[in-house]
Amino acid sequence: MKNTDIAAPDYFHKVIDCQWACPAHTPVPEYIRLIAARRYSDAYMINWWSNVFPGILGRTCDRPCEPACRRMRVETEPVAICRLKRVAADYKDDIRARLPKPAARKNGRRIALVGGGPASLTVARDLAPLGYHCVIFDQDPQAGGMIRTQIPKFRLPDSVIDEECGYILDLGVEFRGGQRIDSMKALLAEGWDAVFVGCGAPRGRDLDIPGRREAAAHIHIGIDWLSSISFGHVNAIGRRVVVLGGGNTAMDCCRSARRLGGEEVHVVVRSGFDEMKASPWEKEDAMHEGIPIHNYLVPKHFTHDNGRLTGVTFEKVKAEYDSRGRRRLVPSGEPDQHFPCDDVLVAIGQENAFPWIERDIGIEFDQWGMPKVDPRTMASTHPKVFFGGDAAFGPKNIIWAVAHGHEAAISIDKLLNGEDINDRPAPAVEMISQKMGIHEWSYKNEVVLDQRYKVPLRDKVVALKDIKAEVELGFDETLAFQEAGRCLNCDVQTVFTSSLCIECDACVDICPMDCITFTQNGDEAELRGRLNAPATNLSQDLYVQDGLKTGRVMVKDEDVCLHCGLCAERCPTGAWDMQKFLLEMTYAGNSCRPQRRSAA
Amino acid sequence: MTYLAKPKFHHPALPKNALGYTHRDYEGAVSTLCAGCGHDSITAAIIQACFELAIEPHRVAKISGIGCSSKTPTYMLGNSHGFNSVHGRMPSILTGANLANRDLIYLGISGDGDSASIGLGQFAHCLRRGVNMVYIVENNGVYGLTKGQFSATADRGSKSKRGFINTDNSIDLVAMALQLGASFVARSFSGDKQQLVPIIKAAIAHRGAAFIDVISPCVAFNNHVGSTKSFDFVREHNEAVNRLDFISTRMPIEISYEPGTVEIVEQHDGSKLALRKLAADYDVHDRTAALGFLQQHAAKGQIVTGLLYVEKDAKDLHAHLRTVDKPLNALDEKDLCPGEKALEAINASLR
Repeated sequence: MKNTDIAAPDYFHKVIDCQWACPAHTPVPEYIRLIAARRYSDAYMINWWSNVFPGILGRTCDRPCEPACRRMRVETEPVAICRLKRVAADYKDDIRARLPKPAARKNGRRIALVGGGPASLTVARDLAPLGYHCVIFDQDPQAGGMIRTQIPKFRLPDSVIDEECGYILDLGVEFRGGQRIDSMKALLAEGWDAVFVGCGAPRGRDLDIPGRREAAAHIHIGIDWLSSISFGHVNAIGRRVVVLGGGNTAMDCCRSARRLGGEEVHVVVRSGFDEMKASPWEKEDAMHEGIPIHNYLVPKHFTHDNGRLTGVTFEKVKAEYDSRGRRRLVPSGEPDQHFPCDDVLVAIGQENAFPWIERDIGIEFDQWGMPKVDPRTMASTHPKVFFGGDAAFGPKNIIWAVAHGHEAAISIDKLLNGEDINDRPAPAVEMISQKMGIHEWSYKNEVVLDQRYKVPLRDKVVALKDIKAEVELGFDETLAFQEAGRCLNCDVQTVFTSSLCIECDACVDICPMDCITFTQNGDEAELRGRLNAPATNLSQDLYVQDGLKTGRVMVKDEDVCLHCGLCAERCPTGAWDMQKFLLEMTYAGNSCRPQRRSAA
Repeated sequence: MTYLAKPKFHHPALPKNALGYTHRDYEGAVSTLCAGCGHDSITAAIIQACFELAIEPHRVAKISGIGCSSKTPTYMLGNSHGFNSVHGRMPSILTGANLANRDLIYLGISGDGDSASIGLGQFAHCLRRGVNMVYIVENNGVYGLTKGQFSATADRGSKSKRGFINTDNSIDLVAMALQLGASFVARSFSGDKQQLVPIIKAAIAHRGAAFIDVISPCVAFNNHVGSTKSFDFVREHNEAVNRLDFISTRMPIEISYEPGTVEIVEQHDGSKLALRKLAADYDVHDRTAALGFLQQHAAKGQIVTGLLYVEKDAKDLHAHLRTVDKPLNALDEKDLCPGEKALEAINASLR
C-alpha cells in the first residue's frame, strides 16, 4: 500500500466517526470535552456555528452520529451525543453577546427564502450577517416550519424554538409570516437576487382503501393532525386509536393521541418491527408509554357504521426473500385481523408538492416530480434558484436541512460575488500536539468502561396528562459529566513519524486493541488479513507509513483504536504523538472565497 | 511507562485458544519500565507463547531475582504463581520449587546482572543439574537501575552512553550454557518476535534446562552508537542460524516443507521443532561445533541467534535423581511412611 496522506483533510476526518457521519460535520468530541469541563457556553457556540439549532437538535435530532460512534464497535452503546448537545443548550449562559451582529451596512442584495423551516433559517443565518437582505416567507405566523408544527411539544417546548429561531431573526432577517407563496413566476418577477426554496415536504400520504371516504371524519393525516394540535385546533381524540405507519411521525402521532384522550392506542405497521423507519429510541419511548406496536399487518379496509368509523381490518402477511435478497410481503393465509377503534391516524409517509412552481420558468423536474438539484451546490437548473431541506431530495431530517442550508448559502454568496459555485471551499483544519509531559496529555486519555447513562424522564402519569409537559428532563450536570467521559476523543489522532521510530515494538505490545503491526508491505486486501488483529471493517482505513530502517511498514487499523494514547506514552522516541485534529466547515463569507493576491 | 492501566476493552475479533482465552488473559499488571524497554517486548513474547500453547495459567510458576528484568514477571501471567526472590538467587529458589512440584512449568526470568554477575554461580549449577525450566536472560549489557554502568555481558571495546570504553572481557552466557550442559540453548532478540516466540514455545515444551539469551536493548542507557546491544547494532550484526517453527502435539502437521531445507526435531512430549536452516552445515545437535561457531562469529563482531543447540534425548534433574513421578508435595503419609516391612527391607539392603 502507498503511504497514507494524513495531510488530506478527509483522512483524519473519517477517523472521527461522529463528525464524519454528521451531515453538518459538527466537531463532536471537541464540544463533549467542553461539556466535561463545564464550559457549556463554549460547547453551545461550537454547535451553533455548525448545526445552528443545538437546543432543538439536542432533543429531536435523528442522530446519524450515534450509530457511527466508535463506542458501538468497542462496547455496545454509543455515547449519548444528542443528549449531551442538549446539556450545552440547557446549562449555557446568555450567549447573545457571542452571536454575530446584524450587518452594519447592507450589501444591497435581496434573497427570498420560501418556507420558514430549518433550511431557510440556516441560509438566513449564514447570509444576513454578511449584509444580504434575507426575507423569509411562511404560511404560518411564526418561524420554525415543521420544527414548530409537527414536532409535539412534549418533545420540544416552544421556548426552545422561540429562542433559537429568535437568534437568527435578530440578525436582521425579515420574516413575513402568514404569507404563502403561490407562484414562483410571480416571485421571480419581483427581482430577487436569489431565491431559496426550503418549503419542506408538506403533504402527508393518504391511504386510499375501501371505507376511507365513508369514515373520513375520523381518519386523519398524521402531519396535518400534529400541526392542528400545535395550533390548538385539536385537543381531543377518541378513546381507541389506531396509528398506521412505522416512521417517526407515527411515533409522534401515537404519543400525542395518548395525551389527548386515547387510552387504547395501537401502532400497526406493514413490515417487520425491525424494519420500521422510526428511530429505535422513538419506538422505545412509545412502548414505554404503553403503546403496543403490531407488525406484518397490511390495512385492507376501514369498517364503518352509518358514516361512523368502527375500526380497521388488516391482512396478515409474512416476509419472503427472493434469490437476490429482496423482500416481498405475501399473505400468510391466516384470518384477517380487525382492530376496533374510534379514530385512525395515517402516518405512512410524506410527499413533496410543488404546485406553485410553474414548469415553464427554467426549473426542471424529474419524472417523480422532484426538482433537479445538484447535491453539492443545492442549485436548481435555474441560475438564481436553490433548494434545500426536504424540498430538495424528499423527507430527511433537520440536520440534513441545516447541512443543505450551509451549502446553499455558500452557493448564493459565491453566485452574487461573480464566482463559480462549483468551486467549493475547503474545510479549516488544525492539528495540535496534546503532549504536556512524559505521560500527561491535554485531554483525558483514560478509557472509561461505563455503560451509557439513561436520560431521566418525567413521571409517566404526569407526562401523559399534559401534552405540553416535556417528557425528557435532560441530563443533570453530574450525569452529563459521566456520559461525556465515555467519549473516546477520536479527534485526538495517533500521528506516526517513521524517521523517529526505532522499531522497539513498545506500541505494538501496549496497544489494548492490537491495532498496530510492523510488517512487510503488501496490497490492502492481503495486508488486512495478516495484521496482529484482522482488519475486517472495510469502512475503516489502514494508516500506513514506510521509511523504517528494517524496510517494513507501520500499519495501524483505525477501526477500534481507543485513542488512549498508550502507544505515544510508551514510545521512547516520540515517533507516536497524539494530535488534536479540529476540522471546521467553511461557511459563506470571505473565507469561502479563493485567495487573491492584492496589488499592494 | 504509563500511569494508566491498559483499558479492559479488546479487539472484538481477537482469536481465542483451546481454553477460550485471548492473549489479553495472559497479561499482568501494566509495566513500569522505561518506555520502549526491550524487556517489555520479551514479556509480550512470553504472553504470546503461553497463549498459543494454551497453557493453563495456574500451571506456571514465574520466578525471578532482582533488576529491571526481574520486575517483568509482574507484567505477565497475572493468574500464575510467582516469586520475586533475592538478587541472583532465582535458580536456587526455582530448583527447590521444581523439586517440590515437578508438575508446574517453570519460567526463570533473569537479567545479565542477576545471572552473569551476582548470580553466576547459581546460573552455572542450575544448568549443570538440568533443572526442567525455561531460563530467560533479558540481556541489555548495562545496569539500568543504577544508571547504565557496564554489566558483565558488555562487549570489550563497546562504548557507554557517557563515552567510556569497556576494557573488561565479556561473559557469553550462551557459550557457558553450552559448556555447562544445558540441553536447549538459544539466543534471540527482543526486537524480533517472529524468532523469539517459537523459541520460547519450544523451550517450554523441552524437558530439561532450556536457556534463552535474549538481547534486549536498554533504550535509556544502551541504545547509542558504539553500543553492541542497541537496536541498530543487533539488527545489523544478527546472524540467525535457523528459523524455527514450533509444532505442538495438538496441531496436525499439514505444513509441507521443501525436502532438505528443514530438519524436524521431535521432543519428548511429541511436539516437533521444524528448523529451517539459514547457515549451511550448522548442526543443531553438535555442542562442540556450536561453541566454535559462536566464537568464530563473535570474533567478527557478529551476533549468532536462533536455536543453537538441542539435545535429542534430554533428561532433567528428576530423571537424574530418579524421583517418583508424583510431585513430592503431593505425597501423602501413606507414600512417605511405607511401614515397618519396607524399612526393614531397606535396612537389609544396606547391610
